Amino acid sequence: MRAARQGLTPRARHTNVLDMDKSDDSDDAVLARRAADGDREAFSALLARHYDRLFAFCYRLTGTRDQAEDLTQDICAALPVKLAGFRAEARFTTWLYRVAVNAAHDARRRAASHARAARGWGDWEVNRRAAIAEAREGQSWLEAAMATLSPELRDTVALVLGEGVTQAEAAQVLRISEGTVAWRMSEVKKRLRALKEKEAEA
Amino acid sequence: MSDEFDLDQLADALKAAPPAPDAARKAANLRLAEKNFDRAQESARGLRPTPEASPNGALIKGVAKMFHSLTARAAMVTTTAIVAVGIIVVATQPDLRIPGFGQADGPGTITTPDMRPDPRPQVNAPAAMVKQAPVTAGGPVAREGTESLAPMTELAPMAEPMPPSPVMATRVAPPVGYTAARVADDTLAAPLPDTEEFANADTNPLKITAEDPVSTFSIDVDTASWSVIRSSLMAGYLPPKEAVRIEEMINYFPYDYPAPAADSPDPFRPTVTVMGTPWNEGTQLVQIALQGKMPAREDRPPLNIVFLIDTSGSMDAPNKLGLLKQSFRLMLGQLRPEDEVSIVTYAGSAGQVLAPTPAGERSTILAALERLEAGGSTAGQEGLQQAYQVAESMSGDGEVTRVILATDGDFNVGISDPDALRDFIAKKRDSGVYLSVLGFGRGNLDDATMQALAQNGNGQAAYIDTLSEAQKVLVDQLTGALFPIADDVKVQVEFNPAEIAEYRLIGYETRALKREDFNNDAVDAGEIGAGHQVTAIYEVTPVGSGAVMTDALRYQAAPEGSDSGELGFLKLRYKAPGEDVSKLIAQPILPDMGTPGDDQNFAAAIAGFGQLLRGDDKYLGAWDYADAIALAAAHKGADRFGYRAEAVKLMRLAETLSQ
Repeated sequence: MRAARQGLTPRARHTNVLDMDKSDDSDDAVLARRAADGDREAFSALLARHYDRLFAFCYRLTGTRDQAEDLTQDICAALPVKLAGFRAEARFTTWLYRVAVNAAHDARRRAASHARAARGWGDWEVNRRAAIAEAREGQSWLEAAMATLSPELRDTVALVLGEGVTQAEAAQVLRISEGTVAWRMSEVKKRLRALKEKEAEA
Repeated sequence: MSDEFDLDQLADALKAAPPAPDAARKAANLRLAEKNFDRAQESARGLRPTPEASPNGALIKGVAKMFHSLTARAAMVTTTAIVAVGIIVVATQPDLRIPGFGQADGPGTITTPDMRPDPRPQVNAPAAMVKQAPVTAGGPVAREGTESLAPMTELAPMAEPMPPSPVMATRVAPPVGYTAARVADDTLAAPLPDTEEFANADTNPLKITAEDPVSTFSIDVDTASWSVIRSSLMAGYLPPKEAVRIEEMINYFPYDYPAPAADSPDPFRPTVTVMGTPWNEGTQLVQIALQGKMPAREDRPPLNIVFLIDTSGSMDAPNKLGLLKQSFRLMLGQLRPEDEVSIVTYAGSAGQVLAPTPAGERSTILAALERLEAGGSTAGQEGLQQAYQVAESMSGDGEVTRVILATDGDFNVGISDPDALRDFIAKKRDSGVYLSVLGFGRGNLDDATMQALAQNGNGQAAYIDTLSEAQKVLVDQLTGALFPIADDVKVQVEFNPAEIAEYRLIGYETRALKREDFNNDAVDAGEIGAGHQVTAIYEVTPVGSGAVMTDALRYQAAPEGSDSGELGFLKLRYKAPGEDVSKLIAQPILPDMGTPGDDQNFAAAIAGFGQLLRGDDKYLGAWDYADAIALAAAHKGADRFGYRAEAVKLMRLAETLSQ
């Protein structure tokens, strides 16, 4: 398992960033403020501290290693500029989740707009189905399961199940109501059940 | 039980999933970030928004928008410097909404673009409008006809050469993707020729009564076309011809038609008026006006409204989300305390932001409305379904439930296949939840889809460009917009060939029905809401008039009409809301029926104005804008809300612009 190479126990690695203890939080805030003011060291320290978690989250959002690497690169490239928009009112980690979710959306959108070209709405669905089919071909149950979910559901799942944040925190990151998070999770259950039934048939 | 198991399985899989990041990529990414960080700092210290750095104000806005969301990596690499400049510009010019292409300081390097968008190219739009143009975009993207429901904004390719139109300054660095046109959209509300799609059809042709005596159409209470025309004219150019739907122009104005008697079984009352045609002495206008019943506010059934609001990034403009908030605030005042409101958003942020709340709790609703913000670029997934789900949970016996979709053209509401979307809305319509569509902003407006959705949802499509328009649609006419009194209203007129040689229906091109559809209750048609007014105008040429355009045929028997002296026979079909079987209203059209007053003359002036805008002037002879203005100005009537005075003003503008 690759996790072992990281030298982190799975448990520690999956501690959700929002739950980090207070000192880490305030460290983040200080670093982020200094970085926003132009302190390169602070910026580097901040990014290095969060890089692995960021990558893991990107992986959960995208479902493949390649896409996760690309997405992480997108975020790294844009982070200096984005950081100017960081307001201390949110925790840095919450903010970073939000940045990652947005970046993932943009990446999906680009991918979709390449493929769907001028054909219209139908193609989004076609692409999604193609992705599902692709994932089914010899891929893991996880990828197949994630591929049956819409991007919104995937984001929610990545946060709630993958990162283990509470529904309230997920709502904060996704800027939706808690009710909607709950609604999405119930949708996820429905899809999983459908997937299961399909597997049973096969 | 097994559900939880499924979720646990997914959770375990997700937690176990992430491989370690690739060490080399990690190092490279960290370096990239640091490099960009340094650049951002350098620019922050050293650069000013000079003309070299920022050749066009548009770029400023474009860049500002660009890092609103992350860019394509490829674009990012090539434009990092520009992005960095963007920060400064934003910092020093915080209010980018001020219409000012030429305002970035710099010695005259900025071309103030001619703000007249070229109205022609609806198709093969210039790449300049691309919201996010990937540098790697493939070959040219062919636009399909208006049936394409695609929100085209992100799709236009860079490969398309920009036409030499005077639309915009073309100095914008292409890789950035956002250009003057985009800014024009956000700052001046000037529409772009690019992504707007209008539903329209060829002008109704002249029909020969002997060959084709029956005319059938669905009524249309929409008024969106008038608003689009107004916003075009106010921006200083003639509206695209496709945007002109004459029936919607005429129906925009309130008229003083007689209402049905309180004890009348019919929900509306037809009034027929025959008058001379202003633009042709040899023909007559037959005006068919329907006036819906208006229940008192207290007698209204309880109302449940679900606002489904587009919060995609493009809504982030004062004339979009800002105007929307103001509009809904106005509307709240019209609701009764027991009415219920819920808000669901899609795109950007998605989901229910306000659980069903009695309209009496104004502060709760207002707070939720205030919290709305546009951002992100999500293709909203669950918006529509969730809105309907909420609507269904709210609806009770005898209550009216309606989803009101507010958007600037992003109809990616969660069902991607247009047919499936229409079916979905139609199915919900049959279950009693109606849909209305409010359009905001210009440039991305997908009028065709808006019309299609509203028509399928038994609702109205209105376009809101000013607060006073919001007042009209959401306050003055709220009751009509929200309380249907008659569904599937169809009009059929049979002309008498003994009296009428030729006729043509002015407008209603998009509402034509087949003759046999009139009696087919399965065929959907337009709705009339409480207090609504609908006017349809035929231009008819009496037999023997010098204005007859076609010759009689040599080998065909002369048409045998009725010698009753009737010009024709009017039939109306409608269904009471929620019922499946239609009712019929019928009456003959007699010569000299009704007395043309201010209302009829004003409607005729607007009909003429619409034909001038559409370029259908072959029927108008020498009659021109000046005649239309004189006629409209002479028949403004009481004009309680000033709409007709505004119309005359716009007609003057159009006259000037057409020269």
